[in-house]
Amino acid sequence: MIEFTPRKIQSSFWTILSPIISITITILIGSLIFKILSYPVIESLYQVFVSPFSRPDRIADIFVKACPLIIIGLGLIFCFKANIWNIGAEGQFILGALCAGSFALLFPETKTYTLLFSMFLIGFVGGAIWASIPAILKVRLNVNEILVSLMLVYVAMLFIDFVVRGPLRDPMSFGFPLSKVYPDGAIISKVDFPFIGFLGQFHYGIFIILILCPFIWFFINKTLPGFQIKIFGSSTRASEFAGFNKNKITFYVLLVSGGLSGVAGVIEVSANMGRLQPEVSFGYGFTAIIVAFLGRLNPYGVVIAGIIIATAKLGADNAQMVLGIPKVVTGIFEGMLLFFLLAGETIQKYKISIRKDN
Amino acid sequence: MYKNFLKIITFLSILVSPFLFTSAYAKTKVGFVYLTTPGDHGWTYAHELGKQMVKKEFGNDVEISIVENVPEGPDATRVIRELAKQGNQIIFTTSFGYMEPTLKVAKEFPNVKFEHMTGYKRTKNVATGNIRFYEGRYVQGVVAGLMTKTNKIGYIGAYPISEVIMGINAFAQGLRSVNKKATISVIWANTWYDPVKEADAAKVHIAEGADILAQHTDSPAMLQIAEKNGALGFGQSTDMGAFAPKAQLFASVNNWGPYYIKKIKQLKDGKWNTGGGPDHWAGNTWGGLSTNMLTLSNFSNMPTDVAKKAQAAHDEIKSGKLKIFAGPLKTNDGKEIIGAGKTLDDGALWGMNYYLEGVTGKVPK
Repeated sequence: MIEFTPRKIQSSFWTILSPIISITITILIGSLIFKILSYPVIESLYQVFVSPFSRPDRIADIFVKACPLIIIGLGLIFCFKANIWNIGAEGQFILGALCAGSFALLFPETKTYTLLFSMFLIGFVGGAIWASIPAILKVRLNVNEILVSLMLVYVAMLFIDFVVRGPLRDPMSFGFPLSKVYPDGAIISKVDFPFIGFLGQFHYGIFIILILCPFIWFFINKTLPGFQIKIFGSSTRASEFAGFNKNKITFYVLLVSGGLSGVAGVIEVSANMGRLQPEVSFGYGFTAIIVAFLGRLNPYGVVIAGIIIATAKLGADNAQMVLGIPKVVTGIFEGMLLFFLLAGETIQKYKISIRKDN
Repeated sequence: MYKNFLKIITFLSILVSPFLFTSAYAKTKVGFVYLTTPGDHGWTYAHELGKQMVKKEFGNDVEISIVENVPEGPDATRVIRELAKQGNQIIFTTSFGYMEPTLKVAKEFPNVKFEHMTGYKRTKNVATGNIRFYEGRYVQGVVAGLMTKTNKIGYIGAYPISEVIMGINAFAQGLRSVNKKATISVIWANTWYDPVKEADAAKVHIAEGADILAQHTDSPAMLQIAEKNGALGFGQSTDMGAFAPKAQLFASVNNWGPYYIKKIKQLKDGKWNTGGGPDHWAGNTWGGLSTNMLTLSNFSNMPTDVAKKAQAAHDEIKSGKLKIFAGPLKTNDGKEIIGAGKTLDDGALWGMNYYLEGVTGKVPK
């Protein structure tokens, strides 16, 4: 039978190499699929992985697509480091967008900077409150946070659906479930680069990653709470012996993760949609789980992973435009990538040997 | 030296220019944006069929790019912009939710033409296209009125918007032209495409005694439920007979092909425009039975005399003899809309927020 023995020492060499190997295998098998379906292999790979980098505005759009993934992914690092499985980032994203959006629509007269600042704050609180439900249930009653957070995604979807159909529906929307357009002050504007002008949809919200990423890296690696989270995740018992407060850690990682998902929601809606609609998230919360793992739960890794996933998504569109490859084919890439990545992680963490049974 | 250089350039450009112009004329790049995949067997599939007609009509004179599964959010803006950047000269965006993204990109590319289905905002380079779906629904109403035994018609609507409401009212007009006792009850699915919700709505209708079902949603789910329960119904967007051979009476088939072809021809001939005026009304294409943008599939599962009456209604609408919204019209709570001898104009149709006689309940606000 196959035996998994945990490795005592995990080399940092493999930690970095394993995602690279996963990506390589994904590309190889992907080429095979293109070959079997008789699409030109090199051209297809070019369209999926390289063409998104072929023009400045395309590169800008990668960041636009990656922005929500990265921000949610950064939040998920806290949870996953602590072995708390928050699968409901999608719902927290929606709640963040909804709370901030309602505020913007109810108080449109607020001055620009105050309005945007309050929206970020309210978005964070909205996402955090949504995440606090699984947190409280986990801490008080030891309810599985995976199920609760996941199910709350559907509640959030129905809730925003109700709100844009009912209380916040724009009377001028011809019966369509859309809210009014946000007041100007609530819109995150596109970046007008000097000498270049606008690049794709590139907006000011993306810069928040530049602040978040080093901050989170510092927090996780150089502070006591960060240390506690890591120890708690790798060995609950050890952290208990050390006197860490189990409930507190569980509660706070979920809150931070939910809050950041909420902020991602605020940015996405206010920069790209400018109004609330029944669907504000297109699976970002779920894709961000892949991003967090692909980035090896390292903040800088998450940024790179977000860019890779966003590239593949944009590349899928280009591949269809230019070569007519259906999106289901390119969608396989994402699944394969996660699969090989998790397999790689297992190999890296465990020594696998085949033992003969007596 | 400098003179010679200029000469050479002039000479070369004269030499090359015919090729440049002919090639630009010959190959028109056309882009399509789809909401779902052609596998939905409804809305997007109908557009796919239209696209194939374009391919057949122009052959190698067009180069078509499509992007499917484009959500109605920031992705739409990006995809439409990308299609414009890749040199597509005319871009068809095939869902209502692409309205703002289309307008946004159109501003950035004043030389690219955009055709948005089924919105109401037009600019210098954004035209709109829509089908008079309600014409087919009148014929459905006639058939339903003759076929129903319980006098209860179940209708599944997507959203309470004027387009859907005018369809319900047209159905009611057809129904009451042959059967004054029958009534229509409406369930709102609040989605264009969700087989599960559509099936649930169909089950509710049947449980409440409806024996004829109609839909303004996109999947064949309703007909499949009808098939299982021995009820009858009408297909939407494409012929759905294959899904319900014993239940489908006929389907209103969206035929986008002629519209696409007309618009691409106009572009090739340099005649594409949306006219002047604040609402660019000339850029609106709203075709129905008479322009073949709406067709009916074969009548089946009904006696020949019913089929004959349905055909007659179809012919009269097509020839313009039958006006569907001719007065006197009264709402279902007794308010008069127009008196005898008058007919609602297109503008009034888009403002419909009431049910006519024959429909039960109230339009949700």
